[in-house]
Amino acid sequence: MRRLALIAAFFLLAGLAAGCGGGGGDDNDAAATTTQTSCAKDQLELVSSGTLTIGTGNPEFSPWYEGGTPNGSTFEVNDPATGKGYESAVAYALARKLGFSKEEVQWKAVSFNQTFKPGPKDFDFAMQQISYNPQRAKAVDFSESYYEVNQALVALSDKPIASATTIADLKDAKLGAVVGTTNYDYVVDNIKPSKKPSVYDTLSDNVAALKNGQIDGLVTDFPTAYYIANVQLSNAKLVGRFPTVGTQEHFGLTFEKGNPLVGCVNKAFAALKQDGTLDRLEQQWITSKAHAPLIQQ
Amino acid sequence: MDHEQGARPTDPAVAAAGSRRSRILGGSGDTRSVAIAVTSTLVFLGAVVAVTVTSPGWPAVRDAFFDGAIFSDTFPEIAEAFLLNIRIFLIAEAFILVFALFIAVLRSLPGPVFFPIRAIAIGYTDVFRGIPTILVIYILGFGAPALQLSGVPISPLFWGVVALVLVYSAYVAEVYRAGIESVHPSQEAAARSLGLSRSQSLRFVVLPQAVRRVVPPLLNDFIGLQKDSALVALIGPVEAFRQSQIEESASFNFTPYLATALLFVLATIPLARFTDWLIARDRRRQLAGRVT
Repeated sequence: MRRLALIAAFFLLAGLAAGCGGGGGDDNDAAATTTQTSCAKDQLELVSSGTLTIGTGNPEFSPWYEGGTPNGSTFEVNDPATGKGYESAVAYALARKLGFSKEEVQWKAVSFNQTFKPGPKDFDFAMQQISYNPQRAKAVDFSESYYEVNQALVALSDKPIASATTIADLKDAKLGAVVGTTNYDYVVDNIKPSKKPSVYDTLSDNVAALKNGQIDGLVTDFPTAYYIANVQLSNAKLVGRFPTVGTQEHFGLTFEKGNPLVGCVNKAFAALKQDGTLDRLEQQWITSKAHAPLIQQ
Repeated sequence: MDHEQGARPTDPAVAAAGSRRSRILGGSGDTRSVAIAVTSTLVFLGAVVAVTVTSPGWPAVRDAFFDGAIFSDTFPEIAEAFLLNIRIFLIAEAFILVFALFIAVLRSLPGPVFFPIRAIAIGYTDVFRGIPTILVIYILGFGAPALQLSGVPISPLFWGVVALVLVYSAYVAEVYRAGIESVHPSQEAAARSLGLSRSQSLRFVVLPQAVRRVVPPLLNDFIGLQKDSALVALIGPVEAFRQSQIEESASFNFTPYLATALLFVLATIPLARFTDWLIARDRRRQLAGRVT
């Protein structure tokens, strides 16, 4: 109960802080939501009525989630309820479009598997850098894209691949990736190294192996790679971004198959793209910080 | 099988084998109890299947766990990755057999002089039976290479096997010790009175009897080891479980796990039947009163 009280207190404070910030867009948002009658807040089918429940991983890292953990937070590293970091900021912008106040958004720590296992879910949608692919879309419903992603390579500074400029330079490297990610698929399908890549449960394990020199480099999405090379590790370097092969990879929110909420979320995303909110948040949390050369095919 | 067909009718082995079969069926082994056993099995399985397939979530579960196309797509790659499990298992097993025997012998050294050695052996088994295998693998797999000592391997496969050897040796040392203690002290006394030294009597009299007695529980531990080889995936190597995890997340479908489970069961069954056969043979020999 004490924890509940703390969380409630925190949301109250967060709400006040948000209130002091820019409330200028609120009038427009209210107008937008009232025109979409089928997506009115009280018509939405939610896991817990009146609240938008979002699943995400724990821990989550910059630049997706930032702002650390306030007292009483059940999250490690970064609490998504701070509204800081790209995904958190997008989530709150989305929630506002759908008519939810900041206090009406609840975050739930879920494992990657829980986001797509069959059966009912205890969150309305999951937001943890999940890439769309057609196979996955058979098991869950995806929202429209909220981020178009490139993969990138982080390498130990003293390894030969740290100065790689083409994919051919990576042929003899021992690479690592997190299980179940499109990063792993990119290594196997496009880089095709001669040594079998190592695969880890979590990004933290992957980073630990890199630090130990058990792998020469790791492949992850570009913003995360930037964070690992420049914040987490001192002996690593962001070698570069990989070119897109085939269709542009993008992140989407995942919903239980058949959840009607996805339609309303897509409308809200369309509005956020139209009014430039998504571009602005991407510039603020990602593009303004991270740069890297493109590794040639 | 030849022990059932080739044995003479008066051989106690026949009685032993017959009683084992009737124990499984739960009756005296005649046609009627076979029929009852078969019927009740079918009814039971039918009920389980009926409850499963009529459950509201069944279509979703069927699509997520029993997709035939995905199964046949992913099975070859998983089977190939399973070879790594077998390699891990075979290498670890060889070291465990030797290392655990060494620990067990240390632990059964008599006299106050050897107390420190006994204490170390006891401490070792306590620690490594106490720590969950998954933690030992994690700690060694990421911790030992982090020391950055020159000459110390950083290969995760190496440390994964070391972790399995350490954990399973602790179990197997206890199994060996039970075997050594089950050999009656008069055996050693007799050996010593024939002029064998202490180490000779251990080597030629006690250990041969002890090891033979503990073969079934040893194999039991090795079945456990076979399954725990999957834990090595945690620190990087792609074995069968990891491969199925990769397939699963590519398709958001759990069928590849079923393929992996099938492979593990297929690898375990021969070992389990072999253990059963050894136990039956041992029992037969004891009943026959033969000297082993």
